Amino acid sequence: MAYQYKMKLTPGQKAILEGSEGPVKAKVMETIVRYGDMFEASRLVKVTHGKGHLVTSFGLSLLKPVYRTMDELIEAGLKVKDGFTVDPGPYDFENTPCTLLDKLLLKTVLYGKQGAYEEQLRKLGLVSKDAFSCACYFDEMGNIPKKGDILSWAESSAVNYANSVLGARCNRNSGMIDIFGSIVGYVPEFGLLTDEGRKAKWKVTVKTKKKPLPQILGSAIGIKVMEDVPYVVGLDKWIGTELNDECKAYLKDFGAATASNGAVGLYHMDKVTPEAVEQGESLLAEGYREYVIDDAELERVYNSYPNIWRKPDKAGNLAFIGCPHLSRIQLEDWADRIIAGLGAAGRKKVAVDTVLCTAPPVKEAFVKTARYAELVKTGTKVTSICPLMYTSNPLTKSKRIMTCSNKLRTYSMARYFKDDELLAIITGKED
Amino acid sequence: MKEFKGRVINGGCYKGEAVVSHQGVNTLATFQSSALAHANHVTVADQNNPDIYQKNITGKALCLPQTIGSTTGGMVLQVICSMGINPACLLFSEHIDSLAGAGVILSVVWENSDIIAIDQLGQEFLDTVKTGDIIEVTEDGTVRIV
Repeated sequence: MAYQYKMKLTPGQKAILEGSEGPVKAKVMETIVRYGDMFEASRLVKVTHGKGHLVTSFGLSLLKPVYRTMDELIEAGLKVKDGFTVDPGPYDFENTPCTLLDKLLLKTVLYGKQGAYEEQLRKLGLVSKDAFSCACYFDEMGNIPKKGDILSWAESSAVNYANSVLGARCNRNSGMIDIFGSIVGYVPEFGLLTDEGRKAKWKVTVKTKKKPLPQILGSAIGIKVMEDVPYVVGLDKWIGTELNDECKAYLKDFGAATASNGAVGLYHMDKVTPEAVEQGESLLAEGYREYVIDDAELERVYNSYPNIWRKPDKAGNLAFIGCPHLSRIQLEDWADRIIAGLGAAGRKKVAVDTVLCTAPPVKEAFVKTARYAELVKTGTKVTSICPLMYTSNPLTKSKRIMTCSNKLRTYSMARYFKDDELLAIITGKED
Repeated sequence: MKEFKGRVINGGCYKGEAVVSHQGVNTLATFQSSALAHANHVTVADQNNPDIYQKNITGKALCLPQTIGSTTGGMVLQVICSMGINPACLLFSEHIDSLAGAGVILSVVWENSDIIAIDQLGQEFLDTVKTGDIIEVTEDGTVRIV
């Protein structure tokens, strides 16, 4: 029986649903329409930033339904007209600690479909071989929507950044919904696509005596507000009001933590993010709730993170930095701090395996610099993979992975350390 | 016997055991390990969710407010359904979230899954139902704690 849709469709949309452009596109449209109906969307709206971003970048062998669906799309001649970027790839044997067994397991078992899947992505509109980063909105990546643009993206941190920092409009779409919306060129209008849905149900007041770490502040807010929109006041004191590279990097990491420790798709930062600058506290919804964050609250949240290493009393032996991917200034800053920290500790090499993660074009430019040459001498590696996917390898469970990313902590057995703590371990200051 | 009525997302009948999470269920963190291990059931791996951590939820009624976390969530649910190791029911106290919603639709449209999903059962439902309770679900979205 044909699906009885509830929303209002244009004649063109209705025709697609009824199969005018083939049965597969009809099924794609049905998925989008059902998705909208579930959220009481009254209509579909046009995707105005046609370049998509997909969360599914990895050829995990178990994702058979995804490969089957992608094949259906390809066989039907469907693709994303303006192309798309995609999350980072899963492995880089040269720049991450890998044994022969790891390589075998990653390439032939765990991510055994990687090559075939990347070929599927290419046929469906992947913009280039370097289009693999969770931070597709970096200047170097070039997938940058304008304020007010409607998107069909997934990847929680990218959606969060696009909504909050760029002022674009995108719901927290799941993988597959991202490409379906990009293919049909429409998404249902609900939630974060509407003015009402962008109102803040929480006013979060930051009253810390020092600049809060974005990863812990974001975590605290995510855990508290879950999927609601927070309006954050008081942070401009620490990060300024100009959306420069430093501020954008802070907001990237803050937002990713709100999205992974909760389900925040949009936040407003008073005096900083575009809608907050324009509309101020009129963005607060009626009956909003309040959450005050001071240094003690951040310490409480930090101390709540469990250590689930198999040998929790032992020291860490692998550090991953850059989830989401490091921006150029973050990469340079970590490089400088590692080099200087080793110098201060009287060491030439990092004390533990250390991997910095960044977007492919950022890495490509960075490896041409003298700073990179100096960093490499310390034993530090730079990669463009997703560290989370590295940890999907069951053999990594015995490693004691350290990170300053709250997202990586949440989705793996990695243990969270504050930036300075992690730097001290990497540079052997703690020996 | 206590009865609750919700909105039917994907209807069906069920009688069995409830597993209750009072906090948002992180789909990726919950299911990933079991899926990767090709396990024949899901043992919850989310370290941040003490309510359901290390519990077997396959074939059970997972009672939750919403899902949270990575936007791979819907696709992960689709995979879990295609593997046949999904919870039999997803019973949401709140409005279903966009990731779980996508997961249910992808499972139904592309996998012909019969996963039952009911939302808007209310906070009282989540306050009342306990892990291990036997519950009955009917086609019209009625949930009874037996």
